Amino acid sequence: MAIGLHDSTISNPVIRWVDQRLPIFTMMQKEYGTFPTPRNFNYFWNFGALAMVTLMIMIATGIFLAMNYTPHTSYAFDSVERIMRDVNYGWLIRYVHMNGASMFFIVVYIHIWRGLYYGSYKAPRELLWILGVVIFLLMMATAFMGYVLPWGQMSFWGATVITNLFSAFPIVGEHIVTWLWGGFSVDNPTLNRFFSLHYLMPFVIAGVVFLHVAALHITGSNNPLGIDPKGPQDTLPFHPYYTAKDSVGLVVYFIVFAFLVFFTPNMLGHPDNYIPANPLVTPAHIVPEWYFLPFYAVLRAVPDKLGGVLLMFGSIAVLFILPWLDTSPVRSMRFRPIAKWALFLWGIAFVVLGWAGGKPAEQPYVLISQIATAYYFAYFLIILPLLGRLERPLALPESIALPVLRGGGPLPAGAMAKPMEKA
Amino acid sequence: MSSFRNLVGALMLGAATILGAAPAQAAGPAITLPDTRFSFEGFFGVYDRGSLQRGFQVYKEVCSACHAMRQLSYRNLLEIGLTEAQVRAIAATFQVVDGPNDQGEMFERPARLSDRFRRPFANEQAARAANNGAYPPDLSVMVKARLNGADYMHALLTGYRDPPAGFQLMDGMNYNAYFPGHQIAMPNVLNPGQVEYADRTEATVDQMARDVTTFMAWAAEPEAEKRRAMGIRIILFLIILGGLTYAVKRKVWADVKH
Repeated sequence: MAIGLHDSTISNPVIRWVDQRLPIFTMMQKEYGTFPTPRNFNYFWNFGALAMVTLMIMIATGIFLAMNYTPHTSYAFDSVERIMRDVNYGWLIRYVHMNGASMFFIVVYIHIWRGLYYGSYKAPRELLWILGVVIFLLMMATAFMGYVLPWGQMSFWGATVITNLFSAFPIVGEHIVTWLWGGFSVDNPTLNRFFSLHYLMPFVIAGVVFLHVAALHITGSNNPLGIDPKGPQDTLPFHPYYTAKDSVGLVVYFIVFAFLVFFTPNMLGHPDNYIPANPLVTPAHIVPEWYFLPFYAVLRAVPDKLGGVLLMFGSIAVLFILPWLDTSPVRSMRFRPIAKWALFLWGIAFVVLGWAGGKPAEQPYVLISQIATAYYFAYFLIILPLLGRLERPLALPESIALPVLRGGGPLPAGAMAKPMEKA
Repeated sequence: MSSFRNLVGALMLGAATILGAAPAQAAGPAITLPDTRFSFEGFFGVYDRGSLQRGFQVYKEVCSACHAMRQLSYRNLLEIGLTEAQVRAIAATFQVVDGPNDQGEMFERPARLSDRFRRPFANEQAARAANNGAYPPDLSVMVKARLNGADYMHALLTGYRDPPAGFQLMDGMNYNAYFPGHQIAMPNVLNPGQVEYADRTEATVDQMARDVTTFMAWAAEPEAEKRRAMGIRIILFLIILGGLTYAVKRKVWADVKH
């Protein structure tokens, strides 16, 4: 081996030549081939890969949409309709992009739920979790600006309501809003910058996703038992075991996605967004996209505007410090008999908030939102810190392999050897 | 097993969120729309070509006096089963503005296949001036712009009634059972025999409303037939692929106890 060259184990001479100088093949083999992965994943562990695939779909369809879209208040609505009618398969690209946003949030909400249930946010994965929350925030910003682009009634009025939230801040509020708008109302400059940022943000997300995955490959994956792998009997190489398992989930995911796109493409949208934006006519109810409704309900649960805005931001911010709020060393809720039910109740509160967020801001919905909001925060700020000290967790299994292999003996001879051959 | 239950639970939570998110509708007493059966509903629905052509006739002879459909071009009419000669003849009956010519003048000429549907008014102000201040909205995507758009359009067009006793109807407004607030600026325009169908279908109000709704549904979603046909093939393909993928996964995991 020449000095300075990577010591490659690849036998194909051409690939070996590249790999010695730029060991991406060795890296792929290490991170996605032989990468030791807990053997006991359930299908919840598909959703990270599904989110990654969805991000790629969104970027790919988005690039083609941008080729045909005109970011101008006078032409945006018609350019979208032109995509639907006259661009080859434009309807397909647009409906995939539009429903892809919803699918992205469905997948990410399940991915977050997985993290909450199995304690994936706890040491040593705190930074991994925080990067995930950053991705979630970036996704929300991207989705919000994307929804403005068709320049329908909900685009315009959604943008007006959400950007106006910043006016709640004392002294600087109004200035921030004017700065965001690029003028004194939501208008052409706003649409232009939202288009520019909507194109930029997915690549920022892709960058943070890279860090998220890099951090994951340092700590390794959590698993449904929440205990660390003790040795090779507890893990399997990522390929072919989890490439195969992720593929199954991916096809099922595509079936759900295809059903939305081909049969009910507008079910998750709002009919008002097929009415061109009109600054002089306010819709009867301005509602954001469904995936923002839980946070919209938190916002409206507080009678004071600034308080509502702060609480809404707080409902995301609290996720950043979650690793230090949960004082229990036990990761998986399987072994936390009380915390498990507290978390299920939190899940219900979140769904209730989503439901109430779609209703008019009147009683009883406001009261229901207030109760659900109170529990949302109580779970993180009171229940989790206390339960870590008060709750008596169930006994943890000694190892991941033990429950399936009586006595925790070595694996059957073939299990470790064969995958290496296949890989 | 418990992990499977968790997954199902999470999916149900997700579904509940989506269902709960069904957009909030206008306040006030809810108006229930009658469910009208249309040829284009369901997985295998197609637009009834006869109904589309009759619906276009209703639009051309009745609605287009006030309502534009600016997303449509005359060439699109080839898709509703008319021949090219027929569509050229229809287009030629409309005068559109073109230009400027060599002298810098705008001029009028008969419409061609590539022209957009001619708009009844030059601009919104002209439309309002001619309609007692009300603006007849563009109908291109109207069916997508209302909840249960097709049912709503049909109900609206057949929903003109005498106002109930004590109902305060504003000047120049009309009572409609299905319009939010029940006061609509648009008068009842469909009367029995309003149009004379070439295929001798009896032009009842219900028939005309049904035909023009079908036409508007097609105008809003001209891709719907192609979309559903493609969707059925793609989902069948994915189900087969899913079976194969699952078999591969089982094979790969066959020698691992888990």
